[in-house]
Amino acid sequence: MDNPIIRIHDLKKSFGPLTVIDGLSFDVQRGEKLALIGPSGSGKTTILRMLMTLETISGGRIEVCGEPLYQMRRNGAEVPADEAHLHKMRRHIGMVFQHFNLFPHKSVLDNITLAPILTQGAKRAEAEKQARELLEMVGLADKAGSMPSQLSGGQKQRVAIARALALKPEIMLFDEVTSALDPELVEEVLEVMKRLADETDMTMLLVTHEMGFAREFADRVLFFDKGRICEQGTPEQIFTNPAQDRTRTFLRKIIAAGHRV
Amino acid sequence: MGDWAGYLVLILEGAWVTVRLTVMGCALALVVAFVAGLGRIAPWAPVRWLATAYIEFFRGTSIFVQLFWIYFVLPMTGVSLGAMEAGVLALGLNVGAYGAEVVRGAILAVPNDQREATVALNMTGWQRLRHVILPQALPLMLPTFGNNAIELLKATAVVSLISLADMTFQGQIVRSQTGNTIVPFLTILVLYFLMSLAIAGAIGWLERRVTRGLDGVR
Ligand SMILES: Nc1ncnc2c1ncn2[C@@H]1O[C@H](COP(=O)(O)OP(=O)(O)O)[C@@H](O)[C@H]1O
Ligand SMILES: [Mg+2]
Repeated sequence: MDNPIIRIHDLKKSFGPLTVIDGLSFDVQRGEKLALIGPSGSGKTTILRMLMTLETISGGRIEVCGEPLYQMRRNGAEVPADEAHLHKMRRHIGMVFQHFNLFPHKSVLDNITLAPILTQGAKRAEAEKQARELLEMVGLADKAGSMPSQLSGGQKQRVAIARALALKPEIMLFDEVTSALDPELVEEVLEVMKRLADETDMTMLLVTHEMGFAREFADRVLFFDKGRICEQGTPEQIFTNPAQDRTRTFLRKIIAAGHRV
Repeated sequence: MGDWAGYLVLILEGAWVTVRLTVMGCALALVVAFVAGLGRIAPWAPVRWLATAYIEFFRGTSIFVQLFWIYFVLPMTGVSLGAMEAGVLALGLNVGAYGAEVVRGAILAVPNDQREATVALNMTGWQRLRHVILPQALPLMLPTFGNNAIELLKATAVVSLISLADMTFQGQIVRSQTGNTIVPFLTILVLYFLMSLAIAGAIGWLERRVTRGLDGVR
């Protein structure tokens, strides 16, 4: 139990004068499903982006699989990570974005096979076989030859999930993956994620405003406010019996905004 | 008088020189545009400075002066070029400087979302560029590249100043030999126009090819 896959210690992030994350620490256990909730602007996206190395850190430390993400050892001393180190560390992590970020010039199948072929030296035939299995899993077996522009938002997001899974990361980050979808398309994406959560031992970090889903999905819920963890606990604790006023206020607002809890 | 066929051959010989200058100049300009355009956004500062210096210099001075330097001044340093080589070099470097800005602009116009997806998929810098960024930037470059190519075609006439017998040069010859201005100049006007139509047609065809499947994306 005491060998967390992610260890965040005293993490800081500022954009110019604006401090967004201020001394954040938490661990994530291997296989844990974590939901990050909180008001808009509380830094949830920034945390995922720092884990994915899309954003630099301003201070503190992130360890992934026992190794520091932004530092490396050289001649016995710890120095800032170079691109080669980041490249090595990124193998552990995959990310699904709010706006899918599919490659518009590549077919669904090529979107999924591109990275395994380029970054893991997979043979095209085996990469395609795996891609078709993943498409089957997300319910899009018939869309392999389609272009992203021919898909609905929900289908695009399921392809994006399959694309991230193709690299077999141990950790998957999901940043509001249903927020850009029409309401009637949300369910099909959540279903895929629920199945992933139930059937794999992947570590999953999910930023969401879908409180009903967070409750079903998560082993643990972190409520963020102003770049700090305001409260954390099991979904049961957070959603039915929150200890903090701010958590209660947030949940009340979210229900008022029409989200299910 | 009456030997118009012979004069037409003269002009067509000039047209062939113009076509070669245009094709080779465009080829060089294209290479230079990519090298300098990528150099402009390279992660290494000295490379960026070098690319910027080249672009600013060649956009900031006239192609006449550039051609004279390459043809008349360069030989003093021991590098002697034929008129054709000098012409291609001047045209390629001049238009390449404009093209470099097109390359840079198109690459920067590809949404950052796309770059972030390539990072999340752990591609290397070169893989990102080669498989994701450039294929999307290319359709954005092509229309302006077409204009640049036509500009280059029109600029080829400057080589007559270093006595290279291009179409304009031959037109002048025919004019002075026949005393007739309208016929030779009308001929070269039509030929220049046909050449630029050919360039526009080729670019249009390329555009349709590279944007296939991208329909409805942006
Ligand atoms: N690239 C950036 N430059 C400046 N400010 C940023 C940038 N990215 C995020 N921020 C700011 O950081 C804060 C946290 O943003 P974010 O992590 O997106 O919050 P959340 O995902 O919880 O809504 C916000 O105030 C946002 O405006
Ligand atoms: Mg966010």
